[in-house]
Amino acid sequence: MSRSLEPLLTSRYGIEESWKLANAERAGAYEVARQALTTRKPEELREEVKKANIRGRGGAGFPAGVKWGFLNRQDGEQIYLVINADESEPGTFKDRSIMDLDPHRLVEGAIISCFAIDAHVAYIYVRGELAFSVARLEQAIADARQAGYLGERPFGIDHAIEVYVHSGAGAYICGEETALLNSLEGRRGEPRLKPPFPAVKGAFGMPTIVNNVETIASVPDIVQMGGDAWSALGQLPGDGGVRIYGVSGHVKNPGLFEAPVGITMRELIDDYAGGMLGDRPLKAVIPGGSSTPVLDPRRKVDAPNEDHPLHKWHGQSEIDVPMGVDTYRALGTMLGTCCAIVMDDTVNMVEACRNLMRFYKHESCGQCTPCREGTGWLVDVLDNLCNGRGKPDDVDLLVNISNNMMGNTICAFADGTAMPMLGMVQKFREEFMDAAIHGLPDGVRHDDSVRSMVEGVA
Amino acid sequence: MAFALTPEREQQVDDILTRYPERRAALLPVLWLCQRQNGWISPEVVEYVAERLELSTAIVKGVVTFYTMFFDEPVGENVVWVCRTLSCDLRGGKAIQDHLEKKLGCTAGHTSPDGKFTLLKAECLAACGQAPMVQINDYYYENLNVAQLDRIIDAHAAQGGEDAAAEFSTCATFGAPHGSRGGSVTSAPPPPSREAVRLASQPPPANDEKGEGS
Ligand SMILES: Cc1cc2nc3c(=O)[nH]c(=O)nc-3n(C[C@H](O)[C@H](O)[C@H](O)COP(=O)(O)O)c2cc1C
Ligand code: SF4
Ligand code: FES
Repeated sequence: MSRSLEPLLTSRYGIEESWKLANAERAGAYEVARQALTTRKPEELREEVKKANIRGRGGAGFPAGVKWGFLNRQDGEQIYLVINADESEPGTFKDRSIMDLDPHRLVEGAIISCFAIDAHVAYIYVRGELAFSVARLEQAIADARQAGYLGERPFGIDHAIEVYVHSGAGAYICGEETALLNSLEGRRGEPRLKPPFPAVKGAFGMPTIVNNVETIASVPDIVQMGGDAWSALGQLPGDGGVRIYGVSGHVKNPGLFEAPVGITMRELIDDYAGGMLGDRPLKAVIPGGSSTPVLDPRRKVDAPNEDHPLHKWHGQSEIDVPMGVDTYRALGTMLGTCCAIVMDDTVNMVEACRNLMRFYKHESCGQCTPCREGTGWLVDVLDNLCNGRGKPDDVDLLVNISNNMMGNTICAFADGTAMPMLGMVQKFREEFMDAAIHGLPDGVRHDDSVRSMVEGVA
Repeated sequence: MAFALTPEREQQVDDILTRYPERRAALLPVLWLCQRQNGWISPEVVEYVAERLELSTAIVKGVVTFYTMFFDEPVGENVVWVCRTLSCDLRGGKAIQDHLEKKLGCTAGHTSPDGKFTLLKAECLAACGQAPMVQINDYYYENLNVAQLDRIIDAHAAQGGEDAAAEFSTCATFGAPHGSRGGSVTSAPPPPSREAVRLASQPPPANDEKGEGS
């Protein structure tokens, strides 16, 4: 598989004090914005983003160009751009790197995007914990404003643009776009019923585009290269470009890696992240944040039919399928945020599952009964399994509870809880059965730790 | 006693109000300003914010209780959040929490007897590749081990948060050892190493040279 050897999105990460305007500009920052605002038409820019086939980097993978096309403005309405920097999906840590190491790329992306969708104001909603990222962004915005790239006449053109940072205050659910809008408006971060979708009625009742940080930060490269060329960097149809992959857990070099869309999980773990910690066997990998169903390297792709989108990989391991929004959906999981959590053979999956379900119980906003009750119930059952008080029926109970949570709620949080739970039981059923009958094996039962000791920590 | 923001912060409130088409949208930013000054959102703060933004105190309270980072009771001089979500736990998050509880003399959810530290469990803090980690006040401390954690806590006790952060926080380097820059982010992909592509669920062959040459 070919690789783009020149980093694009992260090309300025290694520069000394890369967050400072002068340093970023020396490496090309704002050249694309200047050119776009002074020589191109908004509809041309929207067309480039459409041709780029960029799938939203926030988790759902919706094509950004198509979303921009849904904007529906009535007379006199303002359009807003809202950039989702809530980054709270367990396992995900990529957007933070953009804000901390190259904030000007995000600001430049925001300027071009505002111009392209005819917005005058962009809000960057940053999760409350990231005070440092907020400071970096605010400095970047102030410097860009001072330089004349923001404000009444950015680059001298007659299209005012302001970018503001809005800090959250600790709530995973505020990453869901309508909860985020409520939080931006000074309300409790509870999701709203859709429709209306934000593109029709979003921030302050106005048509609004909500995009992830990485999506917007990719816009300058898309405009510079042209949508077709950028799209062609990816290896998959309808899913273009490069993206930031993250790896955490039991690998030698956890971290972030820029690569084209379409590398495989095996390449990500072995070639990029240095292989498994201590060369232990890979047991399971959660591919793109905790809401995406787990992959089991022992499992083979079952697609004998030539029409099946994964037919090309029939008989190969799940982790040899190229990572893309559509390929992963066909595999029964999701690409999500593209940040993988890697687990070796020392991890007990029941315990790992309990850790995550506890997260969902804590973070459910409580508006919908199936979600509020379901998350609590899942944790109770998993607690029993982990504490040796389980019974064999509990395994099917986990499945039933999850099934009842799906499709019955205001937002996708409940599905994002139930799907990974179902995936765990489906792929590691014996382990759940074992726990139901015998409790956890000796050496695993460390209160609520998944694996309490890693060499070098204690 | 009634709560009031300092004149500089009052100025900031005026500035914040210009950013939004609705006054209410300033609620979170103004609560943050108040908490930074007061340490927590006391009933007096709620009164002040309600009046300043022309909202009822019930609305302000409803918002404060929704968000875990707004404290509706006093906290210690430093707030330590220990991440216990999966990626951190896979790399020793529990050992970090256990050690903190011993060292600070309080369990998670409580404040140390000397009032210097409040210890809280956190959910994933977007630093999973630099696990295990803690957040203390506004700053991240990543790729921790217990010895480093001891130094960090001692520095907070002796010098206060800002000085300790300047010396030990990994925010400025995105998790890399202090003094280097952004080292944990690989922007250039490693050269493809065909050697490395093997079935990872099998033990490596005895003479495996994986990882070398990259
Ligand atoms: C429970 C939940 C949490 C979410 N958290 C985030 C998040 O932290 N960051 C993010 O960009 N998108 C998050 N999303 C997705 C957003 O709702 C939205 O789809 C996304 O911001 C759109 O941007 P994109 O199309 O550029 O990906 C979340 C969705 C759900 C249902
Ligand atoms: S599904 Fe869960 S998180 Fe989403 S609105 Fe309903 S209760 Fe809240
Ligand atoms: S799991 Fe601890 S930072 Fe993500």
